[in-house]
Amino acid sequence: MTISVEEVFETVNMTLRHHFDIRTVTLGINLKDCMDRNLGAFCRRIRKRIVEMGQQLNRMADTVEDQYGIPITNRRIAVTPVSLLMEPLPQRESTAVRIARELDGAADKAGIDFIGGFGAMVQKGMTRSDRTLMEAIPAALSATKRLCGFLNLASTAAGMNMTAIAEFGDILKRLAKRTKNGIGCAKIAVFANVPEDNPFMAGAHHGIGEPDYSLNIGISGPGVVRAVIDQNPECDLTELSEVIKRTVFKITRAGELIGREMARLMRVDFGIVDISLAATPNAGDSVAEIVESMGVSRMGRPGSTAALAMLIDAVKKGGSMASGNVGGLSGTFIPVSEDAGMIRAVRSGALNLEKLEALTSVCSVGMDMFAVPGDTPADVLSAIIADELAIGVANHKTTSVRVIPVPGKKAGQIVHFGGLLGSAPIMKIPRQASPKFIARRGRIPAPIQALRN
Amino acid sequence: MAKSVKRKAAAKDSPLCILTVIGKDCVGIIAKVSSVMAKANINIIDVSQKIMGQYFVMTMGCDISKTTVGMKEIQVKLDRLAASLGLQITFQNERIFKMMHRI
Repeated sequence: MTISVEEVFETVNMTLRHHFDIRTVTLGINLKDCMDRNLGAFCRRIRKRIVEMGQQLNRMADTVEDQYGIPITNRRIAVTPVSLLMEPLPQRESTAVRIARELDGAADKAGIDFIGGFGAMVQKGMTRSDRTLMEAIPAALSATKRLCGFLNLASTAAGMNMTAIAEFGDILKRLAKRTKNGIGCAKIAVFANVPEDNPFMAGAHHGIGEPDYSLNIGISGPGVVRAVIDQNPECDLTELSEVIKRTVFKITRAGELIGREMARLMRVDFGIVDISLAATPNAGDSVAEIVESMGVSRMGRPGSTAALAMLIDAVKKGGSMASGNVGGLSGTFIPVSEDAGMIRAVRSGALNLEKLEALTSVCSVGMDMFAVPGDTPADVLSAIIADELAIGVANHKTTSVRVIPVPGKKAGQIVHFGGLLGSAPIMKIPRQASPKFIARRGRIPAPIQALRN
Repeated sequence: MAKSVKRKAAAKDSPLCILTVIGKDCVGIIAKVSSVMAKANINIIDVSQKIMGQYFVMTMGCDISKTTVGMKEIQVKLDRLAASLGLQITFQNERIFKMMHRI
């Protein structure tokens, strides 16, 4: 046999002991051809397509799982941004909510975990349809279970839509009030420079530059990376970077194989492998714990930013050697609620909001899944979002915010969301920010970095 | 034989799978696993074993091109055997290993 026992053992161990899995196979579906002036006709078409393709996705994922013995944890669908699909329809909140329910129902019927795309690209301005969708977010996301939303509020090329950012603070508060523990807010992320092929929720959507169908893969291996770091406690950082690269190469190759195989079986285009390290609440499956294994005493303390930057650089180098189709976010997720090490870091006081923001300037793709007191003023939420998105705009990178203002909770308390979302300590944040700055609205012009021609 | 196996392995749908047993060594592991394979008309083409740290690891190269049952069924049968022996058994298409360990 050409493969040695050691190599087989290494691979098998990754799944059996270190939580290696394909975090998600996400099928992007173009729905533009379903558009209609008649809401009923539009809904029938999208439902049919999503149910058919969703069921097929599930079947094929099961087959590939059996073939290769690598668990495919989530099966998801991403659709064309809904605000675009809504353009010819009556501009009422009820229209958006009906579409939301239809998408949710179709995903449910097909047995799909999450369906993304309830969102809009509004980095420069808003169409009437974009406004309708944004206003309907609290009603739509509180009336559905599997539906996820996104808004691209800024980009390096267009600048920052501060009008939309100002309005979003208020939308978030309304959404939080309508759902238990504000959990509805976990289903929407706002972005700067959102990628069109991201397979991860809540930001997944099928961008307008995509083909009819596109199969994207998100791999997950924080446990695997941490295990190899633990096996090399003494080596210097140059060597450690090599060790990480080699490991990520292997898991990305597995992702590439599964993605290509799924796409071949479904007869759709293979899109990308997103090499982001995605944590789960499982013990040992934590990005914060990787940073701590590297030698940082607690995630958030000085040293964390450098360690995280080095980690993700190695991940990117290993990943891009393994696959010619690396895409999506391909940074690191350090969600506060879903990562046991992050929760510990916040509770112990090592990690605060400011440091979380600093980490996103090097490689993390955003301030993700962090909870704040429910009575945080809307303009403070908008200001936090503006700061985070400015980092993305100025650095030509994706940044996002997924924040949950938990009604009735105060800083220091814990909120339990359950399942993959885990639980989150309520973070201490300033109650005063920049109300006058936010109230100015308008657009922050594109930065000088945008002029590259 | 070896030649034809190599040729098939290069094809898109590889007929080769690798069965891995991890756990404590005990009498009859190979016999029991082989019996499941034989009943499914799967040809065993290679067996290796090693002690890796605290684990006993055995790998078996299997040709499933003439098998009479589906992947799912084989997995279910092996899961049952694994549970009865207190071992971990995986059965995976060899392409996953080639992808991960060969450039």
